[in-house]
Amino acid sequence: MSDNGGPAVRVAITGMGLVTPLGTGIDAVWDSLIHGRSAIDAISQFDASAYPTRIAAEVRDFDPELYMDRKTARHVARYCRLGLAAARMALEDSGLKPEEMNPDDVGVIVSSGAGGMEEIERGQQVLINRGITRISPFLVPMMITDMASGLIAIELRCGGPNYAVVSACASSGHALGDAAEVIRRGHAVAMIAGGAEAAITPLMMGAFCQLGAMSKRNDDPGGSSRPFDLGRDGFLMGEGSVIMVLEEMGHARARGARIWAELLGCGATADMYHFTAPDPQGNGAARAMRAVMRQSGIAPQDVDYVNAHGTSTPLGDLAETLAIKEALGDRASEIPISSTKSMSGHLLGAAGALEAAATVLTIARDVVPPTINLETPDPKCDLDYVPNVARPARIDVALSNSFGFGGHNACLALGRVSA
Amino acid sequence: MSEPAQTDADQTTLDFAELQKLAADILGVEPDRVQLDVSFAKDLAADSLDIVELIMAIEDKYHVSLAEDELDRMKKVGDLWTFLVANTATTER
Repeated sequence: MSDNGGPAVRVAITGMGLVTPLGTGIDAVWDSLIHGRSAIDAISQFDASAYPTRIAAEVRDFDPELYMDRKTARHVARYCRLGLAAARMALEDSGLKPEEMNPDDVGVIVSSGAGGMEEIERGQQVLINRGITRISPFLVPMMITDMASGLIAIELRCGGPNYAVVSACASSGHALGDAAEVIRRGHAVAMIAGGAEAAITPLMMGAFCQLGAMSKRNDDPGGSSRPFDLGRDGFLMGEGSVIMVLEEMGHARARGARIWAELLGCGATADMYHFTAPDPQGNGAARAMRAVMRQSGIAPQDVDYVNAHGTSTPLGDLAETLAIKEALGDRASEIPISSTKSMSGHLLGAAGALEAAATVLTIARDVVPPTINLETPDPKCDLDYVPNVARPARIDVALSNSFGFGGHNACLALGRVSA
Repeated sequence: MSEPAQTDADQTTLDFAELQKLAADILGVEPDRVQLDVSFAKDLAADSLDIVELIMAIEDKYHVSLAEDELDRMKKVGDLWTFLVANTATTER
């Protein structure tokens, strides 16, 4: 048993790689988070002028050829290019060298909610306009949601367990949780895990607009994502990739690795309620939070911070508030809770990993990032969401929530590791 | 070097440098490496998907049609060039 009463095999986070709308690399992202900078702006990747929502959080100025050769870059979808870049950064940050290890000892679980959407849409146009014989032979590998995991294994020589888990906007929360379990059951000593998403495309944006889930605050991009604020009117699409190196604690310590934090566990539940709407009482989310506390041997009193899913939708933020109260009881009103989606937008299948990374940095750097645009609190959302300004605080144990269409809930517990 | 070896069919308007550029773009190599005596698979690291993509581009650009068995015979850039010279010359006559 570990000293916190959690699982016997402990999982360290030894590396992080981030390619996000908030910046590329740990320090750039952290700087945006603690200064409350929004990454949301007018969509540049296609002409969105006819759309009800014309703003999103894009990764700007990404040069894939810094991370892969030109041919590889041409033959994989944008989400995979972002994913490989983040994986290389994470590995470099960790100092782990898979090429010098038994290849079976390092696996990859990098998830995506949507996969190669832009390639699917382009392929469909080619089929309609030019016929079957002009469909790219690379369309299948470009569109499938598991290819980031495959590509990373090929490029970085990781021969262990390799797949993607898909749970919409909870995908990379589950990816990190499952990857930790692979290590706990002894099937790998290290896992490269996280999410990658690039779905700011004409069809996907149109589809989300039709769902009525996105903000229409086009005239105020920086103020559009406003979780827990009374004026919130929907989420903002983001893209990017965040990937971590998870490693068996003893292995990490033996090689003198810098340990960012410990991944204590992942509580996974289903809402059993609706395709897209959350359970109004937050029941599934509350059960996920309880599950991870139970698995990790932590009590509500041990939890110092919650990084909320907080997408800025009217229903979601309220349901999550109720869920946090239900799971943490009195502790819910004593601790800071923030939604970094107020700045990053919603990275869909990469959101859970970005928020896990933000939570790890919160633990490591003793500052809680704010929920920006929280100007008029929704009276029904009455917890401490760290409005607008970052706050110094020592956080030893934190939860990070991710919820996905389909009613999938993943709650990660992360903890400080004393030197 | 961008000039192919002289052949009888060189009177056509085909430009080898254009083919070099097209193949180089698709195969992710420098145009200079695309020479007549070079193997697609061994020298240019082209796999079967790359070849399909290259053929699609060739068909579009030169308005030719390559059957799959013809494709299988094209091991080297020179084989493709010979095919193009023969087939584009025919259409122009």
